Amino acid sequence: MVSGIGCSSRAPGYVDFNTLHTTHGRALPFATGIKLAKPEMTVIVVTGDGDATAIGGNHLIHAARRNLDLTVVLFNNSTYGMTSGQYSPTTPTGAFGTTAPYGNAEQPFDICNLAEAAGATYVARGTTYHAKVLPNLIEKAISNKGFSLVETITQCPIYFGRMNKIGNSVEMMKWQKEHAVTKKQAETMSPEELADKFIIGELCHKTKPDYCELYDRIIEKAQASIK
Amino acid sequence: MSGNIKLMQGNEACAEGAIKAGCRFFAGYPITPSSEVAEILARRLPQVGGKFIQMEDEIASMAAVCGASLAGVKSMTATSGPGFSLKQENLGYASFTEIPCVVVNVMRGGPSTGSPTSPAQGDVMQARWGTHGDHPIIVLSCSSVKDMYELTIRSFNLSERFRVPVILLSDEIVAHMRERVDVGALESLEIFNRVKPACPPEEYQPYEASPETDVPPMANFGEGYRYHITGLTHDESGFTTQKPHKVAELHERLHRKIENHKDEIIETRNYYLDDAQIAVFAYGSTARSALRAVREARNRGIKAGLIQPVTIWPFPDDLVHQVASQVDAFIVPEMNLGMMVREVERAAHGQAEVIGQSLVTWELFTPAQVLSKIEEVFNWITSGSTSDSKPSRTSGALAAATE
Ligand SMILES: Cc1ncc(C[n+]2csc(CCOP(=O)(O)OP(=O)(O)O)c2C)c(N)n1
Repeated sequence: MVSGIGCSSRAPGYVDFNTLHTTHGRALPFATGIKLAKPEMTVIVVTGDGDATAIGGNHLIHAARRNLDLTVVLFNNSTYGMTSGQYSPTTPTGAFGTTAPYGNAEQPFDICNLAEAAGATYVARGTTYHAKVLPNLIEKAISNKGFSLVETITQCPIYFGRMNKIGNSVEMMKWQKEHAVTKKQAETMSPEELADKFIIGELCHKTKPDYCELYDRIIEKAQASIK
Repeated sequence: MSGNIKLMQGNEACAEGAIKAGCRFFAGYPITPSSEVAEILARRLPQVGGKFIQMEDEIASMAAVCGASLAGVKSMTATSGPGFSLKQENLGYASFTEIPCVVVNVMRGGPSTGSPTSPAQGDVMQARWGTHGDHPIIVLSCSSVKDMYELTIRSFNLSERFRVPVILLSDEIVAHMRERVDVGALESLEIFNRVKPACPPEEYQPYEASPETDVPPMANFGEGYRYHITGLTHDESGFTTQKPHKVAELHERLHRKIENHKDEIIETRNYYLDDAQIAVFAYGSTARSALRAVREARNRGIKAGLIQPVTIWPFPDDLVHQVASQVDAFIVPEMNLGMMVREVERAAHGQAEVIGQSLVTWELFTPAQVLSKIEEVFNWITSGSTSDSKPSRTSGALAAATE
């Protein structure tokens, strides 16, 4: 399990695998090296919204584009938790952060759309409230042979919850419950009804050759060329 | 076992040396004048079952190299000035978490985009101190195509032996010129591989080292040894600590593993030093012009000698200190505004005069330029070395004009 830097990126310290806590934003390229060196290893990347979509945004789209067989579990708490609540690329417009004292002037990424557009072959969204669904999504992501991303909406009561008056952890999870809709539910809802909602569940699952498979063909060609 | 003589380009020699050393992974981003290393390895690595990847930038390249090495595959990247700057954060990660890897930096004129197709020597301090924090590192310097083959292998050996990133410095001229290399004669070069733990996985402490070596045995990822690595300050277990004595222990060990093994790491080429009155200290391609100048000076009756450090970091303090007790002056020609000259001054410790010679036209030093400096210094010494007439550090334009 590989992570970058942030509260979310401390997760590898709590599991009993080969765990690698790297530099801010760079978990994916470290994981890329591991996967290419030992394709038989299952490589999971744990990251945050800041880690994966700000400083590491370029690595995210390129790892997805290559369809490298990695599974990203991205904790999206809409803020930079570790550094105390600055706005992030997923902070909603108007929301408050320690660097957005008048409300955020920027527009947020939809991480799942971003990953799918960049080439990911499995994309899903879950929440910490829907805790029973999440392991299924992660399991499916790991079993997909290609680039998989599970965006997980998480709560940061200390900063985001407090500054935006959403409340404590329980209230933030209640907010998740009230704003999450399934794909099926979304189909019957109007754009106005969907405006402040987000869709959970599996959002994209397709089959494309993964990078290692394509590179194995390169090795075959290269070796044939010197025979 | 000679007889396999090849006409090779410097960057090609580097790529072939890497394959010989057992490198099976390269991650990089194109940049002049280092791109041929990537291009050749893109072709060569899959032929030997290795992998090449062109990453989205140099930050990612350095990260991928670290990841591949942790999974047990000897790994490298190659770059130049702007790219070398981008590699610094993860170079620090490799140094602190003790990941063996090789970073080739083919120096070009800097700072910034500078002069992409010209040689320079402005990165010698960045190679030592480019990443933040006090950290161990080894830096070697190439002056020929043969060096680019041989020192690439030596870089891998040192990185595996000491679990440290090794930076191999070259410059645009050495990397792009073609020379003969007797590859057959280099066939027997020894290849060193990282020491693996002898204990069972349950007992493995990833950062526990014996006091003799100070280098912890390294279990590769995916071989049954489960452990944690972090760029946070850590103890033997690999997990983070803030206990002051543990913090200090780690830093002291990382320092010792290089400092106590300088004899093994430092390599210099010494010419005509025995009776030298003036010693030239020159590295990289500058050393070649300097050697020619020293020989010419001897023909003219000046007892000149040359120290060519192959290892520039750690710096050969002891040798410079000892030579300083015997010569009247050092001359330090370099393609920058005076970087290693300060190290020579420090190590000479006031025992001899130290005079710099800078060339910042991003052209090679000619032997004539170095020779004229040797003569100038010689005349100054023989006329009594008065401080008001001390030769100054010649600036680039001046050196070119005096040609
Ligand atoms: C190069 C670099 N820049 C900045 C930081 C400081 N920093 C540490 S964590 C972090 C933000 C983490 O945010 P996110 O990824 O959303 O994780 P969270 O803490 O919210 O889980 C920042 C900016 C750093 N460690 N390294």
